[in-house]
Amino acid sequence: MLTKRIIPCLDIKDGRTVKGTNFVDLRDAGDPVELGALYAQEGADELVFLDITATVDDRKTLVNLVREVARHVNIPFTVGGGISSIQDVSALLNAGADKVSINSSAVRNPDLIDELALQFGSQCIIVAIDTRWVDGTDWVHTHGGRKITDIQTIPWAKEVENRGAGEILLTSMDADGTKAGFANKLTSTISLNSSIPIIASGGAGSMEHFYEVFTEGKADAGLAASIFHFKEIDILDLKNYLASKGIPMRI
Amino acid sequence: MEIAIVKYNAGNVASVMYALDRIGVPYRWTDDETILRQADKVIFPGVGEASTAMAHLKEKGLDLLIPQLKQPVLATCIGMQLLCKHSEENDTTCMGVFDVEVKRFQSQDLKIPHVGWNSIQANQANPLMEGLKNEEYVYFVHSYYVPVNPLTTAICDYVQPFSAMLHQDNFYAAQFHAEISGMAGQRIIENFLAL
Repeated sequence: MLTKRIIPCLDIKDGRTVKGTNFVDLRDAGDPVELGALYAQEGADELVFLDITATVDDRKTLVNLVREVARHVNIPFTVGGGISSIQDVSALLNAGADKVSINSSAVRNPDLIDELALQFGSQCIIVAIDTRWVDGTDWVHTHGGRKITDIQTIPWAKEVENRGAGEILLTSMDADGTKAGFANKLTSTISLNSSIPIIASGGAGSMEHFYEVFTEGKADAGLAASIFHFKEIDILDLKNYLASKGIPMRI
Repeated sequence: MEIAIVKYNAGNVASVMYALDRIGVPYRWTDDETILRQADKVIFPGVGEASTAMAHLKEKGLDLLIPQLKQPVLATCIGMQLLCKHSEENDTTCMGVFDVEVKRFQSQDLKIPHVGWNSIQANQANPLMEGLKNEEYVYFVHSYYVPVNPLTTAICDYVQPFSAMLHQDNFYAAQFHAEISGMAGQRIIENFLAL
């Protein structure tokens, strides 16, 4: 049976993992390669590396980092952050990334989704959507959720699918950081309206939240960062819990 | 041992190379006929669209060479589909090593493509599953599938049961991406290299 996926997200700055980590068993908690390999070993189904630096020099650092991750990690991983051209994507895929995630650049230039899907195949193109509820509607936001656009989230999700996105990474800026649960209603609306997988992100604070996002939220995958970094939730415990509640899991 | 990875215009080759790096075996990424014929093992990977991939293979004459190879060949994902007779993806005539059709998933309620970790059930005689459980989770990304047939050596279930692995003579094939399928995938590649 196709399983639901648990995906830790690592924020990268200057080639290092940011946000504190609580892994006593890591030699270097800031080393994304070591942390990624540890997550893979603990049962993560995929990894997402989000580069939060954007200068040209840092892009080279990122490509080198991706190469190191690929050498050490035996599960699929996605790289996102600041990707805006076919050349960017080509460099990352050639360095061993399995998928890339685009966000602001897709909003600025939606044709980029079509071009990337045609060039590299939909399977490796994730469109990340940051969404926030404003004046009674869900609106797409950019710049880490700080900047509102004039695009509504639900039709945008359909548009990115039609343009060739292989998966959608949906982050609710309302839920993000609250640890009060995923945005299940919006996730479910988009998932039921979509024929591509939805990765839900933002709001995970407990194991029950993952259960809810897979049942009420109809998500195909659940992504979280800090609860895994700070070891508030152990990945294997989470997967065992979800399996015991009847959610198909790879254990 | 000489391992050759078939070089043509298909994606995801880097992941295969890194998987071999992790195992610690050297390899060559090549479209050279002599090297491909003389290698001890050949890996035919790739993701992409069938008709474009076949066109690239034809340009280099690889569509004629690959079916003639005598050493063990491991084809993955689109590689496996290209070794079949015909694909519904843009009505593409393929290499015909496996005398089977590639079809598109049709479902009202399940998402297409089939993306993620799914379990496979292997035949007991499948040498690539040596040392693994009868049921293992591996990573899939595909919209087209090979129906279950006499060459099927492992079955996966999505929409309906389909071929996760095929085997005929020296040709071994997997629909999933062994190169990113965790320890199970690594063992499958190691088992292939040990054939």
